[in-house]
This record gives sequence, structure tokens and C-alpha cells, in this order.
Amino acid sequence: MAIRNKPVDVVIVGLGWTGAILAIELAKAGLEVLALERGEDQDTVPDWAYPKVVDEIAQSARNGLLQNLSKTTVTLRHDQADRALPYRQIGSFKPGTGVGGAGIHWSGVHSRVMPEELRLKSHVTERYGRKFIPEGMQLQDWGITYDELEPHFDRFEYVCGTSGKAGNIGGVKSPGGNPFEAARSREFPLPPLKDPPTSVLFAKATRELGYNPYSLPAANASQPYRNPYGCDIGPCNFCGFCSDYGCINYSKASPQTTILPALRQMKNFSYKTNAHVVRVNTASDGKTATGVTYIDGQGREVEQPAGMVVLAAFHLHNVRLMLSSKIGKPYDPKTGEGVIGRNFCYQVLNSINTFFDKSTYINPFMGSGGVGQAIDDFNADNFDHGPHGFIGGGVIWGRQTGAGPVRGIPLPKGAPKWGSSWKQAVKDNYLHTGRIEAQMSNMAYRGAFLDLDPTYRDAYGEPLLRMTLDWQDNDLRMSEFFGDKLNAIAKAMGATSASGRIIKRGDHWDTRAYQSTHINGGTSMGADPKTSAVNKYLQSWDVPNLFVLGANVFTHGICYNPTGLVGALAYWAAANIRDTYLKSPGPMVRT
Amino acid sequence: MSKDTDRRAFLKGSVLLPALGAAACSPPATHQDDLAASAPAAATPAAADYKPAFFTPAEWAFVQAACARLIPNDANGPGALELGVPQFIDRQMGTPYGAAAAWYMQGPFFEGKPEFGYQSQLTPKQQYRLGIRAIDAWCAKTHGKVLADLDAKTQDDVLKQVEAGKVKSDDLPLDVFFTAFLLKNVMEGYFGDPMYGGNRDMAAWKMIGHPGARADFLEWVDKPAAYPYGPVDLHGRQA
Repeated sequence: MAIRNKPVDVVIVGLGWTGAILAIELAKAGLEVLALERGEDQDTVPDWAYPKVVDEIAQSARNGLLQNLSKTTVTLRHDQADRALPYRQIGSFKPGTGVGGAGIHWSGVHSRVMPEELRLKSHVTERYGRKFIPEGMQLQDWGITYDELEPHFDRFEYVCGTSGKAGNIGGVKSPGGNPFEAARSREFPLPPLKDPPTSVLFAKATRELGYNPYSLPAANASQPYRNPYGCDIGPCNFCGFCSDYGCINYSKASPQTTILPALRQMKNFSYKTNAHVVRVNTASDGKTATGVTYIDGQGREVEQPAGMVVLAAFHLHNVRLMLSSKIGKPYDPKTGEGVIGRNFCYQVLNSINTFFDKSTYINPFMGSGGVGQAIDDFNADNFDHGPHGFIGGGVIWGRQTGAGPVRGIPLPKGAPKWGSSWKQAVKDNYLHTGRIEAQMSNMAYRGAFLDLDPTYRDAYGEPLLRMTLDWQDNDLRMSEFFGDKLNAIAKAMGATSASGRIIKRGDHWDTRAYQSTHINGGTSMGADPKTSAVNKYLQSWDVPNLFVLGANVFTHGICYNPTGLVGALAYWAAANIRDTYLKSPGPMVRT
Repeated sequence: MSKDTDRRAFLKGSVLLPALGAAACSPPATHQDDLAASAPAAATPAAADYKPAFFTPAEWAFVQAACARLIPNDANGPGALELGVPQFIDRQMGTPYGAAAAWYMQGPFFEGKPEFGYQSQLTPKQQYRLGIRAIDAWCAKTHGKVLADLDAKTQDDVLKQVEAGKVKSDDLPLDVFFTAFLLKNVMEGYFGDPMYGGNRDMAAWKMIGHPGARADFLEWVDKPAAYPYGPVDLHGRQA
């Protein structure tokens, strides 16, 4: 028989970004909040203190901060007709673990969302007509507007101490910022970071090509900063150990630098680590969550009763918990009915290395996760898609995130992979190589979805989540369009050559090489319970005292990096729980 | 703590000073225990008299020969053998990595499209054991000697054929062993911190201009010029 803990008001599954946000906001509302984290406790000191953490072997080669796949993973396939195989090693995406979650090893790119993306189906239909949407593409509106979210984007940026330059304050264009930016209520909390060489070359080249470069918003602080919770953030020193690493300088925003120091002092908040939640428990009516069941560090099953359950784990685990807890109707790709697992998306990423002659120093070992110059000229619907015949867009950037030799030294096409000629090539190229990328949206399709694998189980005996996903013609043609833009920019930057990965027609999702951790969808938000798992307040349509956070609520893969939107949605949900739900618990949207 | 680490601990500490003054939410006081835990693992750089713990004498000869060809000693600098990379690989076999401790290793195992990555139940240790045996057996059959006893040109030729998938074994795909284990680990050892047993005296970092663990470029990031300082390792040694 399971051990039964004392009931709490709110149990939160996962103590990463969204868990920390919900925990502090609901604790401030006076609730007794308990967070259950499957991984270990960790903090800047001692875990990411200098010099221990700036170790490419431990962090990049051996994935020190990432999910241990021997405990749990996913299975993958391109098509429903295929047998799915396990994701046995870290490759295309990097789920985190432990307190802080993926908010520790992320880069820090901190964008919002383009307003039309939140009403994509309506927008595409209005501008291009219904027939512009290809067969099998499952466009949906998100059931929420950019204006509703704006205060919460602002809030999350001010919590993070985000560096950037506004391009549009209250509808008035602000010189020096991104001219395509959606209106923001005020300037960024901190000015942009200094530009490293790749970004300088990228900005110059794109300006010459007639585009509009801007400083990418970065949750890597450009100056000392104190956030609204009273947490102090130190300035980034461009150490070059950012993505894959915890921050040595309290500069890259994470739950540890921005929220947890304040949260830990609250008497009505507590957390447990090594608590792996396997089930959301529901009452016999199936409409009320009664708490969760977790496996503790000793392998014992523990029941945690709670008045409200918040799923705040990483995407994969949130979706799997909905499926294994049998909450909401599982999606069936044959009929297109059901909501849990629906609209599983990723992003499309093209990445090319730009090689310069020996007089051009890039010094790729210097950098910061979010620093860079970007253009939005081809983002979202900032350009006329009519002549191109695809839906979607992307942000193109010249970032310099920090690159060491264990992470791989890119070489021009045709260079050998070993031997004396390889050695000559790495010596000639290492200091003179930059990287530019196009990060593009990924539309939802009827045949791309998540469900439970019938064969493979994890260390807890639970079925693995199964991913069915491949690139579709619309996205591949978009990718080729962006590939051409990237090559033209590389040339304008003065690169002597370029090599890398442009995804083109005929290519399939390659799960081996790292792309990004921006997987999304599976428990979409929306206005219609037939096509969404949660309403606009991220409240389960089926179980009103269950809230589901994370990029799994996206209805398609947006162009920008997801963390800004994930954080804003968490603040939005928290504000509505506090101001509306707590006063009158029950469904916040009537159908 | 060496003088040099002291200095850097102080420099790093300086950015934290404002944090200590925060009222509502200063980070918890750092204890001596925490600082001790933030030290890197013990440094055991490449040793001249190293005795392998995992590899047999025959395997050790193979690993040394392969290292010498994959990253040769030449005019650009010392090679993988000189920098201790065989020691790095031998020691890695004794870590959780050698046993694939963080990989999903439950069956059933099926071959799949290459896009789905590694689908074998062989751990890195088993890859080396079987891979070396198969390549040496092929060398013996084809050339009458194991890899380590062949001349450099023939060794290069064998390794190229293995890399291209032309050398077959019933036990495992040798091109995967070559690319995903042998070559990958050689690169890790050559460029990793010297405390892991390779990159002796940071010579690989010096060759390419990588400053190792310096990790502090605020004054340099906007200067597109040669960075003037040599590398520092995780234990504060400079080269």
C-alpha cells in the first residue's frame, strides 16, 4: 500500500521554469505549495561554480545536466506505419533534469511571439484564403491574444533581467530595435549585450542586403540587475560555456538566479527532490484531481493528495502524464479526433558554418547563449507568402554562443575528418569560423502526434512516450527558401566558404544531431475542447483543478525560441488562477 | 587551493558582491563545504608509466597505433599518442560512460533507419572489445599482422576502409565503432581538459588557440583580434 502524505493546497510536478513561476505566485497568494522534482537539487554554488562547470567533457560530451535516458526516454518514428525505436542517446533535443530543469542548460534567447501566430488559422485564411492551407495541415488558433499576454511577457522579461532594445513601445516605433516587433509596454530591463565578431559581421551584411538587423533579446544580463523578487543578477562575461552549462556568473536567467532564492524563504512553500511523478490521481467522477502518485528516491510509491495539481515538468513528461493518467481524450490520427497527443510539433533549423580568412578573428570560444544579431524580415508573416506557397517563417541570426573544441570544430566542405590534413584544417579554421542559423516554425499535421509506446517501458515500468513526426513538404520548401537566404548572407559577410545543414526536400527528421530542445504541442490550448486539451488559462477542459503548463500547450511550433512564451503563459495562468479561479474554483471557460 | 585559483576565485567572486547586499533574496551564504564541492575532479594528467586498467596488452597496442594515425605527431604539433589520448580512453572505460549508464539500453533491439541513431545493446566497453578484435583479425587475415604491427601507410589505409564501412564483422558494424566511438573519443581526449588524461600540457589548445578554462572575455568579446593569452586548465595551470 502506498505511503500517503499530508494533503497540500497545490502540488506542482517539476521545479523548472514553469514550476518555479507557479510556485512563487501561488505561494504569494497564500496557498500551501509543494513542488515535486524528479531530479536532484542543484544550485550555482557548488554545482556551476567556476572552474568546475566549464568542463566540456563533463557537460557537453557526457551531458552532465541532461535527463538520464536509462531512467526514462521516448521512442521515435517518422510515420504511423513504422515501428518506433527508443531515443537511446541524447541527440536532436536535450531534456534537462533536476531543480531548475532545462532552465539551467538553455542558451537564454528570450523572444516573445508574433501576434498573428496566436491566431494562425484565422490569419492565414484572412490573408491568403482557405485554399492556401495544404491538406493534412492542422492549423488552429490558440484562443488567446498577444495583447492579453503582453503584461506577462513583460513580467517574465523583468524577472529574467533580459537584455535588448525595444523596436516598438506601445505601437510607436523605437529606433535601434526590431522594426517588426510586436508592441511592448516598455523598454527591456537591460540594454543589449556587446556584439561578438559573428554578430557584427552578420549585422553589417544583412543591413547591406536591405534587411533590418536587431539585437536578439537575451536572458543573459548585460549589467548588474535586481529583479522584482529582489534577486540579484550579475553581468555576463561571455565565458563561452552557456548552452549545456549552468552559469558561473549568476548572469543567465534560471529559476536558481531569478526565483528560487525568494521562493525558498517562503514558509508555505516546500519541495522534494528524487520524486518522480507517475500519475495524476482523479476522483471516481473523473473530473477532479485528488493529487499525484510519485516514486521516491528509495523506490517507494507515495501518494500526495492536493486540492490542485499543476503539471510543470518538461514537455515530454507533461504529455505522458496526461496519457498515463487517462485525462482528456487521446488523439487518434485516423479520425483526427481527440486532444492528448494532438499537434505535436518541433521547429525546423538550418545551421551553417561561415569560414573566414586568417585576418578575420571570430574567436568562437567567447560568447553567450543569447547574444547575437537577428533579422525578422522573414519571420512569421512579415513578408508576403503568396508567391512562395508555404506557411510559416523564421528568424535568421548570427549568434556567438561559445564553442570549444570538444563540442566539435566545424571545417569547410571536403576537409578530412582525421590525420595530418585534418590537423592543419582545425589549426587554420578554429579561430576564424562563425555560425549563422535560420530557426523556422513547424506546422501541426494530422499525422504528427504523441501517444504511449506499446513496446518500450522505462525504469519505473511505465510505457515510454512515442513521437511520430517527420518534415512535411510545406516545411521543407520553407527550409529551402531560408537556406538560400542563409547562403546569401554568408557570402555578404565575406565568408570564404560555408558548410552545414540545410534541410531540403527528401530529408527526414534526423534525431542524431543536436538541433534544439524546442519540441512542442501535444496538449494544445484553445477555445474548442474538441481540438484543445486546455483552455486559454491552461486549465484542463476535463479536470478543472488541473493546470498544464509548458510548450506542450502550443498549437504549432512558433518561429521564435519558446521560453519567452512558455514563461509568459505561466505568469498568465498564475494571475488567472489567483484572481479568478481561487475565488470560484471550477471551469474558467464554459462550453 | 593554489595561488592562481585563489586569484580567479576572487575575480569571479567580485561579480557576486552586489548579490550579497540584496535584502529580500540574496543567495544563501556560501559555506566552505560548498566551495570545496565546486572544485573540479582530481587532476591526473597523462603519465609516462601509465598501465591500462581496461585494455588488454593487445588492445592497448591497437589503441596507441590508432591514436598515432588519427591525430599524428607532425609539424603542427604533437599527436594524440604524445598527448596521452590512449590513457584518456582507457580511463573513460571505467566511468559510467564506459558502461552506457546514461543511455536507454532496454530491449528489444532493432536495426532502424540511420536517422534514429544508436540502436545496439553494446556499451562503449563492448564496442572497443569487439571492434578492436574484429579489425585486428581482418588485418591479420589481409596483411598477416595486427594493426599495431603494420606500417603507417597501411594503418591509414585500414582505418580508411573501416571508416568507409568496407571492413565487415558479424559482431558489430565497424564503421559505427570507428566514427561514434574510436574517433569521437580520440577527439574528446585530445581537446578535453588535461585532468582527464589527454591534452598533455594543453598542447592541443595551444595548437588551435583555444584558451581552455579562462572563461572570462568581457573586455575582449567586441575585439575581432587575436586573443593574447595562453590557455588555463581546470586546476589553474597556465601554458
